[in-house]
Amino acid sequence: MSTTRQPGESSAMRAPLFFAIMAVLILFEGFTSGWNSALGILNMGLLSAVMALGVNMQWGYAGLFNAGAMGFLALGGLAPVLISMPPTPGAFKAGGFGIMLAFFIAIVAVLAAIWIWRNVTGRLRGLAVTAVLIAGFFAYRWAFDPAVEAIEAINPSAQGNLGGLGLPTLISWPVGAILAAGAAWLVGKTALGLRSDYLAIATLGIAEILVAVLKNEQWLDRGVLNVNGIPRPWPVPYEIDLQNSAEFVAKAQSWGMDPQLASTITVKLAFLLLFVVVLCALIWLTQKALKSPWGRMMRAIRDNEISAAAMGKNVTRRHLQIFVLGSAVIGLAGAMMISLDGQMTPTSYNPLRYTFLILVMVIVGGSGNNWGSILGGVLIWYVWVKAGDWGPDIMAALASPFPDGGVKEHLIQSAPHMRMLVMGVILLGVLRFSPRGLLPEK
Amino acid sequence: MDLINALVAITNYVIIPATAYGAQLALGALGVTLIYSILRFSNFAHGDTMAFGTGIVILITWGFQAMGISLGPLPTALLALPFGIAITAALMLGTDKVVYQYYRKVRAAPVVMVMVSVGVMFVMNALTRFLIGVDQINFDDGARFVINARQWREMTGLSEPLTLRSTQVITVVTAIITVAALFWFLGKTRTGKSMRAFSDNEDLALLSGIDPNRVVAVTWIITGALATIAGTLYGLDKSFKAFTYFQLLLPIFASAIVGGIGNPVGAIAGGFVISFSEVGLTYAWKKVVTYLIPNWQPDGLVQLLSTDYKYAVSFTILILVLIFKPTGLFKGKIV
Repeated sequence: MSTTRQPGESSAMRAPLFFAIMAVLILFEGFTSGWNSALGILNMGLLSAVMALGVNMQWGYAGLFNAGAMGFLALGGLAPVLISMPPTPGAFKAGGFGIMLAFFIAIVAVLAAIWIWRNVTGRLRGLAVTAVLIAGFFAYRWAFDPAVEAIEAINPSAQGNLGGLGLPTLISWPVGAILAAGAAWLVGKTALGLRSDYLAIATLGIAEILVAVLKNEQWLDRGVLNVNGIPRPWPVPYEIDLQNSAEFVAKAQSWGMDPQLASTITVKLAFLLLFVVVLCALIWLTQKALKSPWGRMMRAIRDNEISAAAMGKNVTRRHLQIFVLGSAVIGLAGAMMISLDGQMTPTSYNPLRYTFLILVMVIVGGSGNNWGSILGGVLIWYVWVKAGDWGPDIMAALASPFPDGGVKEHLIQSAPHMRMLVMGVILLGVLRFSPRGLLPEK
Repeated sequence: MDLINALVAITNYVIIPATAYGAQLALGALGVTLIYSILRFSNFAHGDTMAFGTGIVILITWGFQAMGISLGPLPTALLALPFGIAITAALMLGTDKVVYQYYRKVRAAPVVMVMVSVGVMFVMNALTRFLIGVDQINFDDGARFVINARQWREMTGLSEPLTLRSTQVITVVTAIITVAALFWFLGKTRTGKSMRAFSDNEDLALLSGIDPNRVVAVTWIITGALATIAGTLYGLDKSFKAFTYFQLLLPIFASAIVGGIGNPVGAIAGGFVISFSEVGLTYAWKKVVTYLIPNWQPDGLVQLLSTDYKYAVSFTILILVLIFKPTGLFKGKIV
């Protein structure tokens, strides 16, 4: 963040006005394309708003560039698989002990290496550390490989993974936050305190690796085979149960609605309610934090690290703190997203969609403003969906002067890529002409 | 005999591929490092610049193929390369005018520049997709092998095969020529010297009358050229896919930082450190082990890491360097 940030005058009506415009857009979508589609966009938009709140804590409060939101999101998404799926019978007996032993060996080896590095001096230090790590690696593989083989051999067409604990899905949401926070602590510990863009590069890397782990570790989450049928969180019902309930059907008919349509909308509304509750809790917490002395200190550090350090603030520690907190919120969003989808598909994690698009949301909404992140999340998600819908029509109109054939076909086929261009232009435009976003920070 | 066979296997599966890959990474890292030392930010759009340049080269190659122009045993893409470089460099200059110039004028913080480069990355990504789509494209039309397995067997009589693909030779030769030209330019010409002066101390360089606009423009042109060459060589050697080029960003950044960001020699060394570690750790050593230790048949593939985790190698090296030697192997700058 530049040091030229100045408190400007912005009308008190700005935020309500933009939220009203957003509401009108969603209502318009509902009247033209149906409420299923409108609620679908709104639900995913609110999820994006939760992600944007997390990224805003890092970029907006503290000026930290997290280029790996996708990784923390994916890791958070692992929580519903591990917590709320039913356990695979026999899997834990077959390989659970081996895997725990392997992780124990790995942790001991790393701790031993750190101990040697700190307590041994002289030429032997480097050699001893290397030897301990190599020995540790082979011991880890010795315990790990057979355990994985045993687990993956159990009913591979439907399971082949460790399975979950069979606990309620709602419990998995905070667990997702904790998982992401743990990974963020490891990354932040090493990459913070150095140049500002090293954090960006390190997070870019950890995101690729976390997604690679989810894609390849079949014993954990079935990898590219996907986990389906992740239980819905309480109180969201299943469409089929609603349709089979005579009471619900009667009620829907009394309102003049098709029961099937009514059931899908009820499910979406239930999710919406859950997301709104989470979002309200988050915004209450973040607004309180931002207004507290802690929030003022964070902004002071962001605006001038040197003077904040001179005032006795431990800049690196505070950065680590906010980085972990922000990542936890992203992890929470990841767990919520997997519960909404009902399935874990590791191949669907794409950095443009889940890292850089979230950054666009934060910057367009207004860096440092929590309400701005919510507005940016819903609004940019709406534009992203709509750019995909309108792209082909716009392209067809643009291509109409060309004669039928190669060029025209190529242009129309490339229409889905329109959204990338739209997002890039929006991001560059906001950064250049309105760097404080739609709802500037107060 | 087994020892020689083991050496041949190592050369065939590790040394040759890693050298070619290292040369590609080194060229990419040189581009990142140049931008870093002159414009002082990490350019997240570099991977997509490589993809764009390669896309242009592929289009021109198809044009040449349609006209019946070819280079004989060499891939036509080499003939298209200069045109690709010219167009990519022009795009870089245009981007600088429209986007980056303003942020230099207001002296934006490096992390804001990084964010701006993310915006450029989106636009470049879209341009590449508009141009050439997202599918995998193979555009190597030259001779496939310098030495193929049969020739090798007839030449040496060894049972272990060795193949040397022509794209690998072309990669290394082109990279050597490019790097030599770059170092000659930076070390001997007036513009090159002014670039180094600008990188060392911007204020002093401005005081001594160096035109910053000229330095920046030349930097973008060179970066465009390096990105196009690196991308084309990678595409010839493997194949072209826009998303793969985005993913190359991590090993390229890792190479630049490992070598010492802002230091061209470091970028080259870093490229080879990353490529040899990546290939060495993900290669299945079973064959070599069976040659070296007779009468022992290992159960697994003796592969330290599955190939899916190759990015973990770059990342781990990056983290180790950040912890133990943040300035890199060759003293880079740390701002």
